[in-house]
Amino acid sequence: MLTNDLHVGAPRNRIDGPAKVTGAATYAAEFALPDLAHGYIVNSSIAKGKISRIDLDTARAVPGVLDIFTHENRPRTAWFSSSYQDQVGPPGKPFRPLYDEAIHYSGQPIALVVATHFDIARHAASLIAIHYEAVPHQTNLEAARPQSYEPPSKRFGMAPPSDRGDAAQAFSEAPLRVAQEYAIAAEYHNPMEPHATTVVWHGDETLTIHDKTQGVLNSQAYVTSVFGLSTKAVRVVSPFVGGGFGSGLRPQHQLFLAVMASLQLKRSVRVELTRAQMFSHVHRPETINMLSLGADLDGRLTSVRHHAVAATSQFEDHQEVVVSWSGLLYKVENASFQQDLAKLDIYTPGDMRAPGAPLGMFALESAMDELAIAANLDPVELRLRNHVEDDQNTGKTLTSKELRACYAQGAERFGWSRRNPVPGSMREGSELIGWGMASGIWEAYMFKTSASASLNAAGKLEISCATSDIGTGTYTILAQIGADALGLQMADVTVRLGDTSLPAAPVQGGSWTAASAGSAVMAACTTLREKLLAAAGKMPDSPFAKASADDVAFVGGQLLHKTAP
Amino acid sequence: MNRFSYERVVSVDAAVATLSAGAGARVIAGGSNLIDLIKSNVETPARLVDITRIAAIADIVDTDAGGLAIGALVTNATLAQEPRVVARYPLLAAAILAGATPQLRNAATTGGNLNQRTRCYYFYDTATPCNKRAPGTGCPAIDGRNRIHAILGTSAHCIATHPSDMCVALAALGAVVHVQGRDGARAIVMADYHRLPGDAPERDTTLAQDEMVTGIELPAEAQVFAAHFSYLKLRDRLSYAFALVSVAAGLELDGGVIRQARLALGGVAHKPWRLEEAEALLVGQPAQESSFARAADALLAGAQGRTHNAFKIELARRAIIRALAQAAAGTPQSSIDKRIA
Repeated sequence: MLTNDLHVGAPRNRIDGPAKVTGAATYAAEFALPDLAHGYIVNSSIAKGKISRIDLDTARAVPGVLDIFTHENRPRTAWFSSSYQDQVGPPGKPFRPLYDEAIHYSGQPIALVVATHFDIARHAASLIAIHYEAVPHQTNLEAARPQSYEPPSKRFGMAPPSDRGDAAQAFSEAPLRVAQEYAIAAEYHNPMEPHATTVVWHGDETLTIHDKTQGVLNSQAYVTSVFGLSTKAVRVVSPFVGGGFGSGLRPQHQLFLAVMASLQLKRSVRVELTRAQMFSHVHRPETINMLSLGADLDGRLTSVRHHAVAATSQFEDHQEVVVSWSGLLYKVENASFQQDLAKLDIYTPGDMRAPGAPLGMFALESAMDELAIAANLDPVELRLRNHVEDDQNTGKTLTSKELRACYAQGAERFGWSRRNPVPGSMREGSELIGWGMASGIWEAYMFKTSASASLNAAGKLEISCATSDIGTGTYTILAQIGADALGLQMADVTVRLGDTSLPAAPVQGGSWTAASAGSAVMAACTTLREKLLAAAGKMPDSPFAKASADDVAFVGGQLLHKTAP
Repeated sequence: MNRFSYERVVSVDAAVATLSAGAGARVIAGGSNLIDLIKSNVETPARLVDITRIAAIADIVDTDAGGLAIGALVTNATLAQEPRVVARYPLLAAAILAGATPQLRNAATTGGNLNQRTRCYYFYDTATPCNKRAPGTGCPAIDGRNRIHAILGTSAHCIATHPSDMCVALAALGAVVHVQGRDGARAIVMADYHRLPGDAPERDTTLAQDEMVTGIELPAEAQVFAAHFSYLKLRDRLSYAFALVSVAAGLELDGGVIRQARLALGGVAHKPWRLEEAEALLVGQPAQESSFARAADALLAGAQGRTHNAFKIELARRAIIRALAQAAAGTPQSSIDKRIA
């Protein structure tokens, strides 16, 4: 046989599974080091104002406390705000921990206690007396809504789609109209592994940083820029990430604080957040969605208008463009989109799981359900009547779309025909239940990614890429791709990820890593196949001397000639 | 977390001696609540007295009067699974299984459950005022986020609730708490063990600083409710959540007529909420919804809703009627399938 049983598409165990379930996989806060110092963050208990005084004496006197950092005594770091920008941050001025006495949001880190043990640091932190001058704060999006604005500087790749037709006119002429407002609360990522950074001080002005991140290169670039270090002096390693959901895309404040303390104290330092402190930084923004749908009497859409107001911080314009998909899912000639921001006294929101789409789609699909009632149509039938086969934002044809078949199969499996739309009409035991449906949409992204593949004399393949595996199975899928490319078993493949010394990859997010890193691995393995064939052809009396790539196959760990196996 | 000393004792007398020595001493057993509070700097004990090795308060024994005496160290898990409890006081077993998780119930003790503290957000957040944590500083819950707070027996100083499920059943069953202090032992009926906040919300119970709980006694006469009972707990999610409203109901029936009734509420007050007048309204009445509704109205008389918890009044009323109906039918709320039957 000249074919392999393919690993891609077949059920395979996670290759990192045994290490994870036995505890052998080490996460950012789990690296044991001699003389490791532990930092504990003190958070602001007011939302806006300034620190008037900090009393550190009692805390400093606790045996085991090594140092306490505040805005009054922190070491100097980069002068310009732009030095704190990272690869995926929004327009604005990034937050700088311990920069000055100003309080911008509740939970803001305002001091770092470093001690020989975590518990000593935490205890000492409780003894710090902080005096504030509080001023009135605004954390209510509804109240800040009148001051909402269109962000003057759009986040890269995140502008709302262009309007088309005349949505307002079409709405006013539509016989069926739905206009609703959907407010969606902020959501916190809170992955199982809290954010943590362990900085290894090597004693020679170089650092190895174990950071909880979805992009080691982003953390490295941030640290070198902020602390004025060379790229060679800073290696960031993050082989395992206990969930990210977007919270590890941007460098978080514990990275800054751990590196600052390590450089100042000239020793290894770990800073990890408690579960409660995980609510002191990034989160999905609160939004208000105004959805207007116009339709003819058959339920066919004539107008879609989506105007959203999202919360952001006072210092950055985070843009998770929730309106991007509202003119994409259903056929409609008139559509308009408006994405505004309102500044609150909060930390800058950030990307979270398909940023924007769940919020926007919730609003659109909720409005579609309202329209189904107005049109007296089954919700699935309403969607079928508005089905579209091309991308209306760009006019491009989609390579494939299986939504019709998905509706049919879903309806069949749920027993949709047994649904009674009248509220309170369906029961399961003593509970009232209701059945509904909704569609989701998300782009298939790809970004430039590098990978290397090397095969040793024993037939073992090693694949390397700087991308992380945030629990999505990246280790396993890259091993599957590599094994298939060279006709190997999964056990013959080793995958190394999450290290700035490996081939460059973007942050892991947006569901682009499998396509991007997978393609890079495929390309590397294809080059490897060519090199193997060329090497085989140079052997004495080689049957491969004149063979082309099409003449050979990599099967069962061997290179075979198809016509003369 | 503050620095504290830790000592382990093997007798109640030794524990009481340590407790008598100063106000900074606290008893620790399962630690399922106290350790959290210490970590959050809500409790800052100077001394911890570990009582887990006191063998004399670790058993469940039959009393001469025909009831059950439960040692303070009996875990919630053991108590809920004890065959004599399941057979004679199933309301108590059901209430315990409605609370916490298997892991917590394995650690938490009977005495500790009695003395657990409120789950009020402001009580836990040391950055905010709280009359219970820091007397005299004020109560932000009254005009703040008060969805989980009390609707009965509140004061101008505190609207916290007692979070226990077990205690609601104990109140309904008329249990007696046995305590020991410097001046000897005394017995406190459940109704008097927990306090209303009044102007001293820092005091959850009538236990004195030098006293510790040694056990609980379940009276023989409460066994008549074993055939007709239900513990109905309503919460934001079906498991591992504190009650918004819970109802412990027990009936003794004579055909379709109620001979005796017990009714207590959790999640609505600073203590398990029980009124004998409400129970008396059920005596001699047919076991039907109209009777249950009258008792519910009596038990909830004077209930006061606030910005976020006014829903609790109607929720409690319906829950009382549902729980009494479940009890009357002999179909108690399942402890395993927590969906409301």
